[in-house]
Amino acid sequence: MSKQQTTGPVLEIEGLRIALPEGADRPLAIDGLNLSVNAGEIVCLVGESGSGKTLAASAVMRLLPEPHVRVTAGTVRFEGQDLFQLSEKQMRALRGSRMSMIFQEPMTALNPQKRVGWQIDEVLRLHTNLSRKERHARVLDILEQVRIPDPASAVNAYPHQISGGQRQRVMIAMALVLQPKLIIADEPTTALDVTTQLQVLRLVRELQAKFGTGVLFITHDFGVVAEIADRVAVLRQGELVEQGPASEVLNRPRHPYTQALIAAVPDLRPPKPKDFSGAPEVLRVANLKKTFKPKRSLFGRRRNAVVAVDDVSFELRKGETLGIVGESGSGKTTVSRCVTRLLEADGGSVRLGESDVLNASRRDLRALRRDIQMVFQDPMASLNPRKRVVDLIAQGPIVHGEDPEKARARARELLSLVELSPAAAERYPHEFSGGQRQRIGIARALALNPKIIVADEPVSALDVSVQAQVLKLLADLRDRLSLSLLFITHDLRVAAQLCDRVAVMEKGKIVEIGPTATVFSNPTHPYTRKLLASIPGRNWTPPVLAGNAA
Amino acid sequence: MSLIEAKIEAAPPSAWSELWRRYRRNRAAVLGLVLLGLVLAMAATAGLVEPEDPLRRAGEPLIPPFTSWATPLGTDQLGRDILAGIFHGARTSLLIGIVSTVIAVSIGILVGSVSGYFGGWIDDTLMRITEAFQTIPNFVLLLALVAIMGSSLQNMIIAIGIVSWTAPARLVRAEFLSLRGREFVEAARNLGVGDAGIIFREILPNALPPVIVFASVIMAISILLESALAFLGLGDPNYASWGNMIGMGRSVLRTDFYCVAIPGIAIIVTVLAFSLIGEGLNEAVNPRQKKS
Amino acid sequence: MLNYLLKRIVQVVPVVLIIMIGTFLLLKLAPGDTVDALVGDMGGADPQVIARLRAEYGLDQPVWVQLLVYMKKLVQFDFGWSFVHEQPVATVLMSRLGPTLLLMLSSLFFAVSIGSVLGMIAARKAYSLTDNVISTLGLIFYATPSFFLGLMMIVLFSVKLGWLPVGGIQTIPSFYSGWDYVIDVAEHLILPTASLSLIYLALYMRLMRTSVLEVADLDYVRTARAKGAGGARLMIHHIARNALLPVITLLGVQFSTILGGSVVIETVFALPGLGQLAYQAVIQRDMNVLMGLVFLSSVLVIVVNFLIDLIYASLDSRIELS
Repeated sequence: MSKQQTTGPVLEIEGLRIALPEGADRPLAIDGLNLSVNAGEIVCLVGESGSGKTLAASAVMRLLPEPHVRVTAGTVRFEGQDLFQLSEKQMRALRGSRMSMIFQEPMTALNPQKRVGWQIDEVLRLHTNLSRKERHARVLDILEQVRIPDPASAVNAYPHQISGGQRQRVMIAMALVLQPKLIIADEPTTALDVTTQLQVLRLVRELQAKFGTGVLFITHDFGVVAEIADRVAVLRQGELVEQGPASEVLNRPRHPYTQALIAAVPDLRPPKPKDFSGAPEVLRVANLKKTFKPKRSLFGRRRNAVVAVDDVSFELRKGETLGIVGESGSGKTTVSRCVTRLLEADGGSVRLGESDVLNASRRDLRALRRDIQMVFQDPMASLNPRKRVVDLIAQGPIVHGEDPEKARARARELLSLVELSPAAAERYPHEFSGGQRQRIGIARALALNPKIIVADEPVSALDVSVQAQVLKLLADLRDRLSLSLLFITHDLRVAAQLCDRVAVMEKGKIVEIGPTATVFSNPTHPYTRKLLASIPGRNWTPPVLAGNAA
Repeated sequence: MSLIEAKIEAAPPSAWSELWRRYRRNRAAVLGLVLLGLVLAMAATAGLVEPEDPLRRAGEPLIPPFTSWATPLGTDQLGRDILAGIFHGARTSLLIGIVSTVIAVSIGILVGSVSGYFGGWIDDTLMRITEAFQTIPNFVLLLALVAIMGSSLQNMIIAIGIVSWTAPARLVRAEFLSLRGREFVEAARNLGVGDAGIIFREILPNALPPVIVFASVIMAISILLESALAFLGLGDPNYASWGNMIGMGRSVLRTDFYCVAIPGIAIIVTVLAFSLIGEGLNEAVNPRQKKS
Repeated sequence: MLNYLLKRIVQVVPVVLIIMIGTFLLLKLAPGDTVDALVGDMGGADPQVIARLRAEYGLDQPVWVQLLVYMKKLVQFDFGWSFVHEQPVATVLMSRLGPTLLLMLSSLFFAVSIGSVLGMIAARKAYSLTDNVISTLGLIFYATPSFFLGLMMIVLFSVKLGWLPVGGIQTIPSFYSGWDYVIDVAEHLILPTASLSLIYLALYMRLMRTSVLEVADLDYVRTARAKGAGGARLMIHHIARNALLPVITLLGVQFSTILGGSVVIETVFALPGLGQLAYQAVIQRDMNVLMGLVFLSSVLVIVVNFLIDLIYASLDSRIELS
């Protein structure tokens, strides 16, 4: 063991270069990264997808998927030691004991075959000489510190028996049990619900302060940065573009890329409310119910009966945007599927203008579909990979009897409406980026001239900067074509920006519904309050900068 | 509104040439193609090598290989030319392989797509039937079918197709089960497309690639099944067949084992070719994704 | 556990019924029936005798009655009479069951165990020379017909080297007993088992290799590495068990195929098992024996599948059997 430094940064990255295999988007995943983390501080490394942030983190732990991806230049010093000079055996001694990592997906990050207690115990067994009783005591202790309810029985649970939030706490426990000097957290809260997210962020901050650990926290969410960061580093396509104290970078960003990213973060203050009370009603949902029956299978999960939608009612007026917000399991997606009859509801009614949607015959339903169209969440999965763009967009009108040539001509017009070049028509979906694919999805929805568009988390899978563009497109189209929008989302910032009214769902019920400005400033239901209080960085207002073409 | 997102790069090479490029990189897969080419060449030129019946007596019995120009690979105990047997046997094997694979895959697609798409009791019933076919050991069932239908070439092909359809059926069903919940299928339904349109135009084109890749495995198995039948003397006696040559060569195994070895190597080469091609296609169609 | 057992039996019943109906249909489709065989045996008879025989054997009843009678008998494992062997089919089958089971189970055992270990080694040293050698050999063995492999092994080990016997299950003019008998039988089984298992060994090796490579890429293995685990520990605790699961799933399907493979191997090595019986039954057109075999082997497959499901469930902690 070499000397440990008592002063100076815990982690020092200098001139790091990581090469990608040939055939990748660019030759270098990371090009000349300089970054340091001091004891007791949280440094947030921010970047969008493809920025190389995860690879940088893996490089520090020397866990790159070699030989395809490898470090070609630079040094990484941990407590003064050059990590690239160490042998694999020496690295293994460091991993888990003096430096540890927390990963993004709690569902898959734990070995499904081993109990929770065993997995935490493994860290102790690998690095210490404690007796079994002593290890057991340490495991129980750390589980208590990460606030797992009933540690004594949690120790014997298998990962599939505990919730996602609890699994993440277990990961944190594994990472912290030996009080390492450095923790690298790779988007640990991205896959969690908003309310759980805040709890985990607070936990990380609390324990880090207690143990004096340095934390390198990787994220794409500026809200999270505002919530916990001491310093911020911004990564674009492998290059560090800006670095500095959090308050500086968040409120006075200097690099145009940082400015653009921050500008793309939707403000939590809703715009001025518009009055729709005079507009005709286009959609009325009353007492909608849907229960998923229990699934009994011999192997694997058994599902109990789940009441997904419990007596939901709302109405939508022409030109209005109604947001349905909630966490996973709230039933919001099920509502969208029932309203468009992609799922059969168990009870209640949905009236589109004068027509009854839920009881329509097959022929009537087909005609009704012209009026209500959907935009889906996953840009990868919502377009048939084997169809050309023009056929995807023209498919709807053709199915409804339109002349194919005319339909395709109109499809090309729609492409320019969603700001894509008409040359895109002959291409296939995989040739486009996520944001471009969502635009194609919007064009497809518009092809039938619907009155209502149901958008199910249309921007959740997109990078922040692209999100802002697509949202702007939706807002513009809505205004130009007088569309009514039913907007499903879990992201309250997005809801605040785009929606005139908002309905908050919890466990299948609408707990609060009203104009966005009112709900956000004066929430009445305790769940709404909890939800709003959980938004990371809610006390930070993204600065309005000159040149924001927002 | 300006076309701010107008930038799309130049059209990438077509899907087919991309597939070929990926396939080409795998040396084993290319070897498979070369071997298959060899076998195809043998089948094609069989008529040149032996224009008449390959099962006729061509010379003295048990001439060792590489000793006579008239019979380059030697003769078996009935004096039949081994080289002719190999070349004509290639025709038999390829014919049987291809046709029974087509039969098996067609039945499989039919059963699998209906089962996977509709689910419910249709799925249950079809799956029970599939399980029944899978439970009976396929060679035992093949024997039973041959006992009933006889050993003519057509009947053998049909019988092999009948014992082989369950694997593609399961594969197609699995693909349909996974694809029918995808968002693009929901999108099509949202546009008003009906069941038939969704099965044939949305799901099936996406479900086919893994089945096509699997077809090469089925071809390999069909050839092995046929050779086993022929080895046991249950094949069609009117056609040259490698399995049959091995079966006949058993009686002279101690002294002239080349009668068994040469056709055996032919079988290995052919089956190897299909296996390698299958693996190469699989890797070309699903390249291992590297996480970035 | 009892619940699970009952559920499985309920699931399996329709499959068994379908198989029963299937074998019945096949029997009906076969040219000639029991009475024809009997009459052939007797050297001919006049039409009244034939008609009386038909009535006696219940062959003049409507088809669905015959089916029910047939199924009832099957359930009691009464497969009818074999004219070739002059014995009830069930007796014939049972007398041949032993060697086949012995061959099957040992082949399966070696194939899975050695194959899995080789697969793990190949995956550990993926893309290296060791891996390439193992994988190539695996491919070649997988492409080899089992009977060919058997014959070549006879040439090498029995004819040229004289180490092992050529065929049969025991040395005939000998009266080994006890331990000597066991060793004798074992010697006779080495080549057949090797021929059968080498091919499936290759299959399991490749399956395991792919499975290990896939599992090694998974998130929780990365987590384990980040904790400082490595080498053997990583393989044994984190990778092996999870990689084994898909391999075990395939075991059930494979048993059915291997059972079919024993037909050929038993013929090559003259082992007095079910496989050789099947071959003889085809040649001699003993349909009762053949159908009895179909049914019996299906039952074997079902039982083995059930056991394998239990093994799988015990290995996979995500499954709760209660």
